[in-house]
Amino acid sequence: MAALWAAMSFTKPSGGKFTITFHHYVGDKLLQLDTVIYNNAFGQPFTITKFKYYVGNIHLKKTNGTDVVFNDYYLVDEDESPSKKIDLDIPTGEYSGIEFIIGVDSLHNCSGAQSGALDPVNAMFWAWNTGYIFLKLEGKSPASKSSGNVFEYHIGGYKAPANCIRQVSLRFAQPFTVNNAGTKELHLKADAAEILKGSTAIDFSTLSSVTDFHNAATIANNYMGMFSVLSVN
Amino acid sequence: MKKKTVAILSILAVCTILFGFTGVNKYFIITSEDVAVKIPKGFPKPHYRFKNNKPSPEIFVLGRKLFYDPILSKDSTISCASCHQRIAAFGHIDHALSHGINGLIGKRNVPALQNLIWKDAFMWDGGVNHLEVQPLSPITNPIEMNESIAHVIEKLKHNKQYIEEFRAAFGDTSITSEKILKSLAQFTGLMISANSRYDKFMRGEDTFSMAELNGLEIFREKCASCHEEPLFTDNTYRNNGLKPDTALKDKGRSAITGDQFDDYKFLVPSLRNIEMTYPYMHDGRFRKLKNVLDHYGSPQNFTPLATKEMYEIGTLTEQDKKYLLTFLLTLTDKSFIYDRRFVDPFVQ
Repeated sequence: MAALWAAMSFTKPSGGKFTITFHHYVGDKLLQLDTVIYNNAFGQPFTITKFKYYVGNIHLKKTNGTDVVFNDYYLVDEDESPSKKIDLDIPTGEYSGIEFIIGVDSLHNCSGAQSGALDPVNAMFWAWNTGYIFLKLEGKSPASKSSGNVFEYHIGGYKAPANCIRQVSLRFAQPFTVNNAGTKELHLKADAAEILKGSTAIDFSTLSSVTDFHNAATIANNYMGMFSVLSVN
Repeated sequence: MKKKTVAILSILAVCTILFGFTGVNKYFIITSEDVAVKIPKGFPKPHYRFKNNKPSPEIFVLGRKLFYDPILSKDSTISCASCHQRIAAFGHIDHALSHGINGLIGKRNVPALQNLIWKDAFMWDGGVNHLEVQPLSPITNPIEMNESIAHVIEKLKHNKQYIEEFRAAFGDTSITSEKILKSLAQFTGLMISANSRYDKFMRGEDTFSMAELNGLEIFREKCASCHEEPLFTDNTYRNNGLKPDTALKDKGRSAITGDQFDDYKFLVPSLRNIEMTYPYMHDGRFRKLKNVLDHYGSPQNFTPLATKEMYEIGTLTEQDKKYLLTFLLTLTDKSFIYDRRFVDPFVQ
């Protein structure tokens, strides 16, 4: 059956290559794990040791009002360079924007054993309260009162009390056309600083650990706005 | 013709000798008939339907081996079967709370395993939403097996026998979490208990004594609204009026839902094979079924937030309890407990 689908997909209208590259920033500086010290909204210095998140349900918006939908999930990990680039085949046409979710939708949280990006071996899965961890941001700050001055934000949850799936919708400055030749590249900025200040500024001394639904929605509302378009070319 | 017969006989003889030498015991051979999913008469449609996980003898046998192999735990001391013991209907006999590696004690009573494909959620708090991902919870829990699935895979990859068994089950030698979890789901999913005296009575194959009939009648009047037949649970979470254990501080369902209204609610457990699964309740506080019935029949002792069904039971007389006990013993399914398919393959 899968082979049949694969065969059928070759018969769809021809198109071009499309890549999405995620560039991780902290504010206006490129993110460097472990070594560079940043400051949060409270002036508390910190380093980042881990930054990874799920992206899925990608919709490319055509100017004719239709969407091209991709069903795969991607685990983007600062520590794994290849994971920061997604290669897609897209049909010819004119495109004006992109939508995707940060997280994993309800269906894929309730589907049992899965592979690829959704393999629990990736350590982005809660076993005791089934569900994927959508985003992990970990680091150190002297302001944190946790053991080793660490902070860790493991955000997930596809249902009440904290649905942390967040929709991202970005417009391109200029629509672009995909034809049968060449590759279009979309470069997105993911600003980790937003996770700590988007709509609620996070104080490491009072909230250094989020690993279940408590306070999860606060962080999710922050990461909702962390993406922006750097360039399309 | 004669030549052919001789040839077949010779092959049979060779097989007998080979099997004799390699120690393959017919008792452990699993056929496709053994892994056919048979929904018992009167049972509802199962929740888990082996979609994308069609049972095969090889996958079932792999799942069975993994279930009984302590390789799933960090220090290779604890298997699934350490706590889910067949002789205790896959509960933990005479242990109030679960035991993990390094002598650690958990905070909940090991639930008996049976009829899992009818469950929409697992654990006393319903935190796990799918049969296939259920094993990840005990495997990764620091006070149970304290292991990562990535490391389980590494260990299995160093075991030539397992590599062959994964090939036999899935057609290639790669070992993945998906294969591990799906094979465990086949083994545990096929643990169907539906051949107790109660079942035979319902099918008209056996009769009940007057005491058992009285017990059934009282059960249906006072217990069945939560312990719904034929699964003997309605798969809901309820507060049964027990005083919270101040040492365990276990709030149950609300840890999953975040809803205060769910404080001290726990899954209504099935009562099948209850004779074998002592001690009782989510924290194993009652050693005997009689203690359980004493609690349920004493509304004056309930905590105020007990579910309203608890108050509908009313006071149970000693005679009521005797009849109920007699009935509950009819839920023991010996053919399930002694089913050769579920026997520890490491003892062969």
